[in-house]
Amino acid sequence: MKKSILMLGFLALGSTAVFAQKYMTRTGKVTFDATTSSSPEKIAAKNNEVAALLNAATGDLVFQVQIKAFKFEKQLMEEHFNEKYMESDKFTKSDFKGKITNPADVNFTKDGTYKVTVAGKMSMHGNSNDVSVPGTVTVSGKKVTLEAKFKVKLEDYKILVPAVVGDKVANEAQVNLDAELTQQ
Amino acid sequence: MSRILSLIAGGLTLAGVTAHAQDDLMNELQSTLPQEKNYAFATFKSTRLIDGSSVECLGAGVLDFRISHRFGPISDGISTLYGVDAAYTKLSLDYGVTNWLMVGIGHSAFNREDDGSIKIKLLRQQLGGGSPVTITYFGNTAVETMPAPTLPDSTQKWLFSNRLFFTNQLLIGKKFSKTFSLQIMPTVVHYNLVDSAKFSNNTWALGVGFRKMFSRSSAITAEYYYRLTNTNMLVNGQKTYNTFSIGYEVETGGHVFQLMVTNAQGLTERTFIGQATNSWSKQQLHIGFNISRVFTVVKPKGYKGKDWDDKDGDDAKGDSDKKVTPKKSQKAPKSKVSDDKDFKPSNKKDTSW
Repeated sequence: MKKSILMLGFLALGSTAVFAQKYMTRTGKVTFDATTSSSPEKIAAKNNEVAALLNAATGDLVFQVQIKAFKFEKQLMEEHFNEKYMESDKFTKSDFKGKITNPADVNFTKDGTYKVTVAGKMSMHGNSNDVSVPGTVTVSGKKVTLEAKFKVKLEDYKILVPAVVGDKVANEAQVNLDAELTQQ
Repeated sequence: MSRILSLIAGGLTLAGVTAHAQDDLMNELQSTLPQEKNYAFATFKSTRLIDGSSVECLGAGVLDFRISHRFGPISDGISTLYGVDAAYTKLSLDYGVTNWLMVGIGHSAFNREDDGSIKIKLLRQQLGGGSPVTITYFGNTAVETMPAPTLPDSTQKWLFSNRLFFTNQLLIGKKFSKTFSLQIMPTVVHYNLVDSAKFSNNTWALGVGFRKMFSRSSAITAEYYYRLTNTNMLVNGQKTYNTFSIGYEVETGGHVFQLMVTNAQGLTERTFIGQATNSWSKQQLHIGFNISRVFTVVKPKGYKGKDWDDKDGDDAKGDSDKKVTPKKSQKAPKSKVSDDKDFKPSNKKDTSW
C-alpha cells in the first residue's frame, strides 16, 4: 500500500523524466486539398510554418497551425478561406494535442521507420474532435520525421460550404502532414 | 477494496497527468513561437467603395479589371429611358505590385479622361493591439482629352497642363466587426485650370463611407464626399453639389458586382468629388454598376511553374488530381502508409446559407 502511494506520488509529480527527449520544429508542412472532381479550379493550400513538439519519452505530441499561414495559388481564394470558411480573425489557429498510442513500437535511438497511430484532440474553427490517425515516424540520428495522411470532414468543425460553391469545394479535405523535428 | 481504490486512483491520476502533460507540452511549444500578429483583412470587398477608393489594395501579382457604368439621370424621364440611353462607361485596370503597393490606369468616357493612380498601404489595422486603423494613400492624375476649345485670342495656346487634375487622398478605415467597416477620406483635388478666379484651384473635401454585410457574400455600402472648400464651383454655369451614393454589392467566386444610385455621373475623382452638377433634392439620380474581376497574373512563391510546385511529391491530392497522369519524377519511395479508402464526394451540401 505504502509502495503504491509512493509510485502514485512520483507519477503525479509530472512527466519531467530525467532523460526527456524532446523533438521540435517550427517549419513543418501541412497541405490540404478539398477539390471536387467537377471543380474547374484547385481548392488546395500549403502551410510551411507548422509547429510541433514531441516528447519521445512519453509519446505526447502537440501541433499548432496558424490558419493565416495557409498559402493558396489565388489570393482571392486565400481571402475567402480566411474570411468566410475558417473565420481566422476569430479562430487564429488550429491545434492537436495527443499521443502516440503504441510508443513501445518506436525506438528513438535506432534509425528506421516505424508505423504508429496517434490519438488525441484536434481543434479547428472553434470546434474540437477526438481523432485517431495512422502515420509513420522516421528516425534518422537527431531528426525525427512525422508523416501522415488523413481526411478531415468539414462539418465536424462547423466549416460551412455554401450551396453556391457546392460543386467545387468537397465535404472532406485530404490533409497531408510532413514534419521534420529536431532533437532539442 | 483498497487495492481497487488505489488502482482507480492511479488510473485517474495517470489520465490527469497525461492531459496535463499535453497541455504543458503545448505551452512549452507556444513559448518558443513568435507572437502572432492578427491583422484585419477584407475590410472592404473591393479596392473601390462605390465611386471612390477604399483602403484595400490588391494582393501581389493580382490584376483587377473593372467596368464601371453610370446611366443618365432618372429625372430625364422616358425620353432617355430613365437614363439608360445616356450612359457613360469607365474601364480600368489595377495591378498589385506588392501586397502594399497598387498601380492603376483607367479611361472614362465622361469628359474623355484618362487617369493613372498609385495606392500605398501605409498602416494595417491590427486586432488585439497595434494600429486601430488601416491607412492607405491614394494618388491620382487625370488628363482630359477633349479637343482644345477655340480661344478668343488666337495668339494664346491651350496648354497641356490645362488638362490635368491631381487628387491626393488619405484613406483611413477600420473594420469594426465581421460585418461592419467604416472609412474616412480626407481629400484634396487640384485643378490646374478653373473657369474663374472666383474658384479655388484646390477643392478640399472629407469623405465618409461604410460597408455593412448582411450575408456572407453581399453588403450595402454608402459614400459621401463633403466639400470643405470650393463649394461655389460652377461647371458650364451649373451649380455643383456634394456627392452622395448608396450601393449594394455581391461577391461571387472571382467577381464583385456593385450596384449604386448616385448624384454624380463622372467617374474620376475631380468630377465625382468636386464637380457633380446633379442633386438628390431634384431627384437627378444616376443608377450605375461596377463589375470587377480579378486574375492571378504572377503566382505566389511555391506555386510557380505549370503545376502546383510539389517538390517532394507529398502534397495532399484531392479528387481533381485523380484524372492527371502521375508525375514521372519520384523521390526514393517512403515507407507505405495505409491510405484511406477512395473518397467519393457526396452531392449533398450544407444549405444553411
